[in-house]
Amino acid sequence: MADINISERQAGDVTILDLNGKVTIGEGSVALRNAIRRLLGEGKNKILLNLAGVGYIDSSGIGELVSSFTAVNKEGGTLKLLKLTQKIQDLLAITKLLTVFDVYDEEADALKSFS
Amino acid sequence: MTRIKELSLPSRIESVEDAAAAAEKAARDWSYGDEYLSAIDLAVRESVANAVKHGNKFAESKMVEITFTDTEDGFEVSVRDYGEGFSIDDVPDPTDPQNLLKNTGRGILFMRSFMDEVGWSSNPDGGMTVKMLKRR
Repeated sequence: MADINISERQAGDVTILDLNGKVTIGEGSVALRNAIRRLLGEGKNKILLNLAGVGYIDSSGIGELVSSFTAVNKEGGTLKLLKLTQKIQDLLAITKLLTVFDVYDEEADALKSFS
Repeated sequence: MTRIKELSLPSRIESVEDAAAAAEKAARDWSYGDEYLSAIDLAVRESVANAVKHGNKFAESKMVEITFTDTEDGFEVSVRDYGEGFSIDDVPDPTDPQNLLKNTGRGILFMRSFMDEVGWSSNPDGGMTVKMLKRR
């Protein structure tokens, strides 16, 4: 059974990835990496990661968020985060990555910010 | 009374989950509450991942030896690998602006943030042991 389920939907020119499960060393991190790579290969470079369903993330998962961010930026795109759980917010604060990522609590606000 | 649980796991990614499950069971059996479980779980996952990846470099013949101890002071975790060892002083600070966008190097930071004591020692017959304590 996969650690993570990633579903995709489109809102205008923004691709929303809804993540459910664990983003950890192994399957979870690899699945996220592959999803981002695929989207970039399809020319989709405005990406919103919905983390509401991520029950657990470790340092590898945080590293994969960072990799995704830099990969999308490199392609001239933007990656933002939506609905962080308190735990993920705490981990991003500890790692000082809250200063790096744009984070939103409401999807409408996040989508507006891509314009 | 000191209670101990020991396990020895092969150096593969799946061992991280196995170690975390064993830690949770030990912590629950020893009546540690949810606020402790979260920290212990994270510290075990990060330290075992480090032992597998960086210590034993995925060599399945090298085991990761884990000990959970319920002490007077709290829940102690010890993780031992059989790698070449390292100096903690050589580990870059992941919160340094020049390292922020690196995709690795945050495991030790998490261990130090969620456990009350973290320390490393070299073993005479090779490898490193990290010992962590979550105080009661």
